[in-house]
Amino acid sequence: MLENVSTITIESIPTEVWKLKQDGYRFVTMTCCDESAVHDVLYHFDKNYQRKHLRVKIPKGTALPSVAGIFFAALLVENEMQDLMGVTVSGLPIDFKGRFLLAEGAPTAPLNKSVPGLGIQVQVKAPAAAEGTVKS
Amino acid sequence: MIRRNTIPFGPQHPVLPEPIQLRLVMENEKIVEALPVVGYVHRGLEKIAEKKDYIQDVYLAERICGICSFIHSQNYCQGIEELMKVQVPDRAKYLRVIWAETHRIHSHLLILGLVADAFGFENLFMRLWKVREQILDIMEATTGARVILGVCAIGGVKRDIPPALAEEVLRKLDDVERQLPELCDSLLKDYSVKQRLVGVGVLPKDKAYELGAVGPVARASGLRMDLRETGYAAYGDLDFKMVVEESGDCYARTAVRVKELFTSLDLVRKAIKRMPQGPISVPVRGAPPADEVLARIEQPRGELNFYIRGNGTRNLERFRVRTPTFANLPALLHQLTGCELADVPVIAICIDPCISCTER
Repeated sequence: MLENVSTITIESIPTEVWKLKQDGYRFVTMTCCDESAVHDVLYHFDKNYQRKHLRVKIPKGTALPSVAGIFFAALLVENEMQDLMGVTVSGLPIDFKGRFLLAEGAPTAPLNKSVPGLGIQVQVKAPAAAEGTVKS
Repeated sequence: MIRRNTIPFGPQHPVLPEPIQLRLVMENEKIVEALPVVGYVHRGLEKIAEKKDYIQDVYLAERICGICSFIHSQNYCQGIEELMKVQVPDRAKYLRVIWAETHRIHSHLLILGLVADAFGFENLFMRLWKVREQILDIMEATTGARVILGVCAIGGVKRDIPPALAEEVLRKLDDVERQLPELCDSLLKDYSVKQRLVGVGVLPKDKAYELGAVGPVARASGLRMDLRETGYAAYGDLDFKMVVEESGDCYARTAVRVKELFTSLDLVRKAIKRMPQGPISVPVRGAPPADEVLARIEQPRGELNFYIRGNGTRNLERFRVRTPTFANLPALLHQLTGCELADVPVIAICIDPCISCTER
């Protein structure tokens, strides 16, 4: 139900984002989703409460060009994507190198589906020593 | 020759316990560059949301912030309702406005008190927080909790406000409004206060827009941006009027929050008086479909965005949170550049930073 979504290619990102800036749009944020082989990246923009979204699917391992030179507001969210999704963003004016939100020793790209998290999908096994004491 | 020094401001702010470090590059007393260092309170909340049932995520969303918690759960519920095509009863929409606006009042009073504390007016800080206590009492009387209300649910709300209690709330709001003018005069007319706020941390209108500023920060720079104008929940029926200031400095940001206190009091009163009779929730069954939505709402600090993607199961495929403070950080960096070191505590607090929300 996301309306006004345009699918673009990785090469055309700077041009399309620049066009939206010229049209008076404001940068809202970016979203990245892990779709196993690719990262689905969405750019969200707004003008007078009317939203527009750009969608680009990038194969994992491909660098995403930074748009922080066009919208400085994108700088922090691009750094966040590097941290949490493991997407390399090229041309960042300030690169936190994966240490924007995450501390030293934190898991790499924790929001990728391959990284297990805590919750109902995780089965916690009893320690081997304790198994023998459980009565059936 | 001017020597450059780097001064770390934070992670502990003198009056606000929100951990952000601003790395300030100084030339004598003047800031020439500012860099934010965050990561002290990152909780991995978006990952947890994918592992929980989508109903449990209502509670999770409410705990993103410990100040405007209800509005987070409201935005999440509105997003899921849009995704699952759930029609919320009208009475529930009005009840949501009542609790959202009482949250806005208590949040604004909290930050105005802290702004007063930041420029050294401790008595004003205590008096503003005393009034805030009365707002918290209203929330406790109507929901049983003071900040984390836990009353928003997918399909409506969990508690009603009976007529006798509504009358009591109106009386308490009158009492709050009686006390506000004196305090607001101190914030907006006092000579010493003006010396600390006027012309400090100026953010021009075009820069505010370009840097993606939201909420009172954007409105203080003359941008007409308030999502309540779009009429979500019951705002379309409550004659909402936006507060906008032009000067873009710390004084304007304070003035916007002061004036919004009265707007919110007015909205709560109108919502109570115009609230229709009827059910307060509808049952919701099934799971969010494989679709996506970008839910947004006006929080006390500005526009809050939740990207929600379902996958047909009871777990969400993706839940992403963009809080207003995250959007206001680039604007903060711009305000700091060129200012004096002594003004940093006031400028930082005047964007009403909530770092726990920002890092999630």
